[in-house]
Amino acid sequence: MSPSSEPALEAAEEVDREDVEIDGLLEAVYRYYGFDFRQYARPSLRRRLWRRAHLEKVTTMSGLQERLLHDRACMEHLLLDLSINVTAMFRDPTFFLAFRRTVVPLLRTYPFIRIWNAGCSTGEETHSLAIVLAEEGLLDRTRIYATDINESVLVRAKEGVFPLEQMRAYTENYLAAGGTRAFSEYYTAGYEGARFDRSLTDGVVFSRHNLASDGSFNEFHAIICRNVMIYFDTKLQDRVHDLFHESLVRFGLLCLGQKESITFTSHADDYKVVDAADRIFRKVR
Amino acid sequence: MSPHRLDLVVVGCSWGGLAAAGALLEALPGDFDAPIVIVQHRSEARSVLTELLGRHTTRSVAEPDDKAELRRGHVYVAPPGYHLLLDRTGFSLATEGPVHHSRPSVDVLFESAADAFGERMAAVVLTGANDDGATGLRRVAAAGGLALVQDPASAERATMPAAALAAVPTALVADIPGLAQILVAAAVRSEAR
Ligand SMILES: C[S@@+](CC[C@H](N)C(=O)[O-])C[C@H]1O[C@@H](n2cnc3c(N)ncnc32)[C@H](O)[C@@H]1O
Repeated sequence: MSPSSEPALEAAEEVDREDVEIDGLLEAVYRYYGFDFRQYARPSLRRRLWRRAHLEKVTTMSGLQERLLHDRACMEHLLLDLSINVTAMFRDPTFFLAFRRTVVPLLRTYPFIRIWNAGCSTGEETHSLAIVLAEEGLLDRTRIYATDINESVLVRAKEGVFPLEQMRAYTENYLAAGGTRAFSEYYTAGYEGARFDRSLTDGVVFSRHNLASDGSFNEFHAIICRNVMIYFDTKLQDRVHDLFHESLVRFGLLCLGQKESITFTSHADDYKVVDAADRIFRKVR
Repeated sequence: MSPHRLDLVVVGCSWGGLAAAGALLEALPGDFDAPIVIVQHRSEARSVLTELLGRHTTRSVAEPDDKAELRRGHVYVAPPGYHLLLDRTGFSLATEGPVHHSRPSVDVLFESAADAFGERMAAVVLTGANDDGATGLRRVAAAGGLALVQDPASAERATMPAAALAAVPTALVADIPGLAQILVAAAVRSEAR
């Protein structure tokens, strides 16, 4: 983060104590269970820890720590509280439109294309990318690596079945994103939901990868990682940006979420802005 | 009134909020420089709110990016589809489920702000047709922050300010020009300290 000209802001005493308690709780969870939330963004983490504390009827974070260490079920509940998998097909249609108009022509120059969709959640984003690439005639020569920390969302991503009641909204998104066909061509409606065409994900490798601890595993022409790093603190964001920078080919493309910026990271100068509004960057060094 | 520095003003509003928040910005003098962070319930995909609010003030009005710093003299508006949270250094965005059917939610902003700023902040609940903000305002008051509520009688929709007042009976109540005066007085006092 760049230094601010504003005077340093000090916390009230009470808040400091709670921070210390949360540090201890996260350290204990990490050492005892191996789940590492120490570098997740504090404000929303704190909120969700307190929600769990209220449900467990404890009044301090130290109390919650004790409960977590002695009651495995409590830890399992917390894991669910902390996993945020909210996603949608063609979420932020303008991004997918920009991807089609500015990223696709750049990808076209490669004989074989490798894309990393990091933090793919239940696969809506991956399917959306595949649809754009298919319509642009690039899917056959593209391999998408779709990764997430959470095994259970990957299982669902692989299935490619999404709620039928979402199809109206997704169709609107698809059209706003510059879709050229009838969206309904891509799925068959069944009792379990809208099952998407298998051919979309034939070239997709779904696998588990933890951005907080795992390393680089290939070189990519584009990395799409949207609304994942907002859950990390700035230190962990820097780590992930190191990883992405290392994993991109020269002139490779980095696509972030609508409100994510590289300005506040250690790699700000390594990228050129391709599309400021839709957060598309190109590695220049 | 709080003898502490005023380092932050958070504002929550819903139905009728654009006009109310605009009027509040207009009523604040140019040298009032505490950062102002606004949650207005909204559903549009692309933001026009910053532009509309920008017409009421000479300050810069923007939707903050994740991890952006909080700066004096600036007005920030929660982007549609995200919760906006604060810590001592700046903003954090989140996409977890709606709270009170809304993302952004006033409670989410107020509660995170109360944790980080405590006595050095003020929170204002304006017009709206639901009770988002009431829990958050209680947290602000408990942390020693200044709790302000638009007089429900002067609000376009009374539900939200009335709910906030029920949650924090000690909150100061005024119409919009009155709220601006209280904020200015709080800032002046804290400077004189
Ligand atoms: C809010 S979803 C975003 C989904 C999708 N990218 C989108 O924008 O719609 C965040 C995803 O990040 C994943 N995630 C969180 N921490 C992670 C980590 N350390 N490594 C990899 N994925 C992680 C979560 O499991 C979740 O599926």
